[in-house]
Amino acid sequence: MIKIDQITKSFGQLEVLKGISTEIGKGEVVAIIGPSGSGKSTLLRCINLLEVPTSGQIIINGQAITDPKANVMQIRQQIGMVFQHFHLFPHMTVLNNLTYAPIKVKGMSKDKAEQKAKELLARVGLSDKADAYPSRLSGGQKQRVAIARSLVMEPQIMLFDEPTSALDPEMVKEVLDVMKGLADSGMTMAIVTHEMRFAEEVADRILFLDGGRLVEDAAPADFFQRPQSERAKQFLEKVR
Amino acid sequence: MDWNFDQIVPYIPFIFEGIKVTLQVTLISVVLGFIWGSVLALIKISKLGPLNWFAVAYTSVFRGTPLILQLSFVYFATPQLTGYSISQWEAAVLTFTLNSAAYISETIRGGILAVDKGQWEAAKALGVPYRRMMLDIILPQGVKNILPALVNETIALLKESALVSTIGLADILQNANVVRGVTFRYLEPYIIAGVLYYVMVMLLTWVARFVERRMRRSD
Repeated sequence: MIKIDQITKSFGQLEVLKGISTEIGKGEVVAIIGPSGSGKSTLLRCINLLEVPTSGQIIINGQAITDPKANVMQIRQQIGMVFQHFHLFPHMTVLNNLTYAPIKVKGMSKDKAEQKAKELLARVGLSDKADAYPSRLSGGQKQRVAIARSLVMEPQIMLFDEPTSALDPEMVKEVLDVMKGLADSGMTMAIVTHEMRFAEEVADRILFLDGGRLVEDAAPADFFQRPQSERAKQFLEKVR
Repeated sequence: MDWNFDQIVPYIPFIFEGIKVTLQVTLISVVLGFIWGSVLALIKISKLGPLNWFAVAYTSVFRGTPLILQLSFVYFATPQLTGYSISQWEAAVLTFTLNSAAYISETIRGGILAVDKGQWEAAKALGVPYRRMMLDIILPQGVKNILPALVNETIALLKESALVSTIGLADILQNANVVRGVTFRYLEPYIIAGVLYYVMVMLLTWVARFVERRMRRSD
């Protein structure tokens, strides 16, 4: 479904990604882990072109999205993204946060968008917050709204960029539970995370990045029990 | 001191009539100036080459020359330039719109750049096209950031609108001037005019606080 072929990304002199290739299959859940500065987030952000790769190709469903002629807006509509700091629109109610893009971008009718939004709010357990403004929500609630906001666009792929890193510890679970439910429903997901236990439990595959290179690409059981590289061993010792 | 309001009393309604003109010029100019200033700000941010250059030069010229000169230029030079005999009112509104847009555009530009970059990214990630993103997501938040600055701009404009008396438009100050000419009294008409301006500024400040509170509803 997603084919990443030898992508590199440089910010000025700094080469953050040094030629990464991998594939993510339909319905697959991939956790991207590694030390900070390893290029995890940059890799994720390349998939919806928030960062444009310096070289290499990304092909989604047979379409080269890195082609300069590709319709970026169209591509992004099919890829949901959840950020570390939520980035809900603060001047809109929760409901309007959800219905804005379907109505204004996809041309969905207001009634249909609201109906869909309410279904999704129910799914993330926040039906009672439809008319609240984001500032009234806790971090965990904001993140669940952010997930619902992405889902209402009916994406084929969901990207998560450290979705629980900015949350208080007691709110991490409610967000991970929603993500787990999403994974179980067959959504294709790429997740940058520091939640090792979650990665081990939910992901189908682990990508371990270090210094802009893909060091390991393995099933969770293999990666966590029998890491191949010295770098991954060191990393796992520190985080567990 | 020689106070004598008795002589002035019959003229007080005449001075009050100037309020309408002062308010009209101020409010219309600030609204049009806000719209034109928003356009300029969006152009400055978008890096559209020649348009960008125009917006920067425009702002520079209008901020770099005296307002009273701009007003005189528009009123007296427009007929010579275009053959159109511009009215005092048109010249006043046009000048104040063009001038305030220059100032407001810089304020709005600052407000837009102060919006969290995450908001841009969230909108982009949802596939929102640039124009919609600016109008629906970024601009409303940017304007909220700069609301106090916009009110200050309106208050400044209200006071500066007294300059229209120099082209003979019958605002508060001009009518006070007329009363001075008729009665040969200086102190009283200007005190009345001063009080009127002051009260209007205070009212605006009060309205601004109310609007600001309403807009902060979502915090």
